[in-house]
Amino acid sequence: METVTDISNRMKRLTTIFNKRILPDIEREPERQKVSRVAPGAFMVMVKKEVSDHIRSWRFIILFSIIILTCLGSVLSALQGFSDAIKASQGDESFFFLRLFTATDGTLPSFFVFVSFLGPLLGISMGFDAINTEENKNTLSRVMSHPIHRDSIINAKFVSALAVLSVMFFLLGFIVMGMGIIAIGIPPTPEEFLRVICFIILTILYVSFWLNLSIFFSVKFRQPATSALSGIAVWLFLTVFYSIFVSVVAKAAAPSEMASRQQVMKYQQLVFGMQKILPSEMFSDATTTLLVPTIRTLGPLTAEKMYGTLPSALPLGQSLLIVWPQITGLVAASILCFVLSYISFMKREIRSG
Amino acid sequence: MNSSVIEFAGLTKKYGSFTAVDHLNLSIDEGEIFGLLGPNGAGKSTTILMMLGLTEPTYGTVKVCGINSTTNPVEVKRKTGYLPEDVGFYDDYTGFENLIYSARLNGIPDKEAKEKVKYILDRVGLSEEINKKAGKYSRGMRQRLGLADVLIKDPSVIILDEPTLGIDPKGISEFLELILKLSREEKSTVLLSSHHLHQVQKICDRVGIFVEGKLIAEGDINTLSNKLFSSDPFHIEAAIRQDEKVGSPDIVRNELVEKIKQVAGVHYIETFNDTFRISCAEDVSGEIARVIVGSGVQLIHLSGKEYGLDDIYNRYFEQNGNSN
Repeated sequence: METVTDISNRMKRLTTIFNKRILPDIEREPERQKVSRVAPGAFMVMVKKEVSDHIRSWRFIILFSIIILTCLGSVLSALQGFSDAIKASQGDESFFFLRLFTATDGTLPSFFVFVSFLGPLLGISMGFDAINTEENKNTLSRVMSHPIHRDSIINAKFVSALAVLSVMFFLLGFIVMGMGIIAIGIPPTPEEFLRVICFIILTILYVSFWLNLSIFFSVKFRQPATSALSGIAVWLFLTVFYSIFVSVVAKAAAPSEMASRQQVMKYQQLVFGMQKILPSEMFSDATTTLLVPTIRTLGPLTAEKMYGTLPSALPLGQSLLIVWPQITGLVAASILCFVLSYISFMKREIRSG
Repeated sequence: MNSSVIEFAGLTKKYGSFTAVDHLNLSIDEGEIFGLLGPNGAGKSTTILMMLGLTEPTYGTVKVCGINSTTNPVEVKRKTGYLPEDVGFYDDYTGFENLIYSARLNGIPDKEAKEKVKYILDRVGLSEEINKKAGKYSRGMRQRLGLADVLIKDPSVIILDEPTLGIDPKGISEFLELILKLSREEKSTVLLSSHHLHQVQKICDRVGIFVEGKLIAEGDINTLSNKLFSSDPFHIEAAIRQDEKVGSPDIVRNELVEKIKQVAGVHYIETFNDTFRISCAEDVSGEIARVIVGSGVQLIHLSGKEYGLDDIYNRYFEQNGNSN
């Protein structure tokens, strides 16, 4: 009997302890979680809205159709000369499927040239009014008065544009591949397929650099026109004027004819480095290496390096290894732009009117 | 019940060497309608921005419902509805869609949101414009939509920044009625800023006057006027008509002014043509009437004057101007 009362007493004590100490904690727990969290999915709500805004905007529809048309045109022109190309290569170049993206019969530039030309424009056009239009229309301060974190806005702008771009470029890549399979009748090998996927991812990275740059301008400049023009100005400078600038510097720094071989080498490396630091150069280097597997190096090539090499294609891993600096550079440039815009947006005072 | 919902403690905001808000100490009670009054650029909007964590104070703290706005703005924004000075909506969305987006941002499930948005739009009187693009809304309609946007989260504190700006007089009184009604029904605390005194006077329980970043007075309108005009609490306005035959109007008037000044209790007298404004320590209107009538001119109007916000406001500016 004693033991039974003992046990029942202990049970009672335990129950009171549970009721007094543990139960309130358990009951409070979900409440505490709720307090520290933003409305669930507020960020996703914003991303969804931005994505639907992008897809419905005339700007995106126009640019998208331009890119689709030019790319299809370039693929058709690649297919025109395709049978000759295959005959000429006679099988010792096994990656002929990739030629869809690089080959041309001379009437139109090839697919990847078009992408590297129109990609920046697309990136700039999707970001240049990201923040400043919201500010000018006074929607920013209203949206910010809802329980969301401030960085959700800029993150949502970036993520949504990136999502739309990614879907678009994968779509383009797969359309081209599909057309290729129908036209040639030979499916791509797994390695070719992987190379194309890498190329698409690289394109998205490159375009996202321009996207981030234009988001940065949209934070900095109150007028969308100013920010769009600044984006285009940077793009023009990098594609046209920078190479002129490099050649001027190169002429000025040219060593005399009496210079030693080391000096000439150093000079060559300087000029080379100045050219290769551009995002557009990084992109075109990386894409050509990925799409043309026979490219073995991107730097100056000496006779010693060539000695004893076999004239064959590189496996995908090796090609990726060659372009790793370029990929890192593109990612870094893109992150840098985003960080700049993030910081200046977070410090901004959001006023209406 | 009268616990304070909004508390400012030594709140200061500096832009470089310019001080926009200078050591603001104020607390606003639950269920109160508080009017923040002041000229443009007095720091009203900056104060509001700091309450919502949209800009950081240089020193001091703001607490809304006991939550610090600078360190935990999201929580504050969950409880606070804010109608900005010039509220903007996405032009190519309808009013309904704009509000649905806001409801989603507040984490309201879609099904519930639709019902709620319809109900709120009905309350602010926009149920007929529900499917019209927000870009086509008039200024007054946009303001109503803004109020609906504030109400969607069932706020316990409502902040309105210049809510009456740019609406026509009829719209203003309707809008203010609406605010008054909603705040009484929902028992929410309302803070509204304005430079328009008459409008705000009607609905505010208490006002604070804000000039150059400083809160120079706060209280209900009666307290304020007593505080300000404590030296001469009575003001009398008198208008006369002169008879040409008695003499030159200017001389007669000056004589009359001298006579009125002799009346015990009169401190100060201003003349505007044939209208006098007299400040005095006690109600001596009978005496003044006797003096005027006795001097041979006709008294056509004599009235005691009550103070509205306008006078309070002007008086503050005068004082400020004098002290500079």
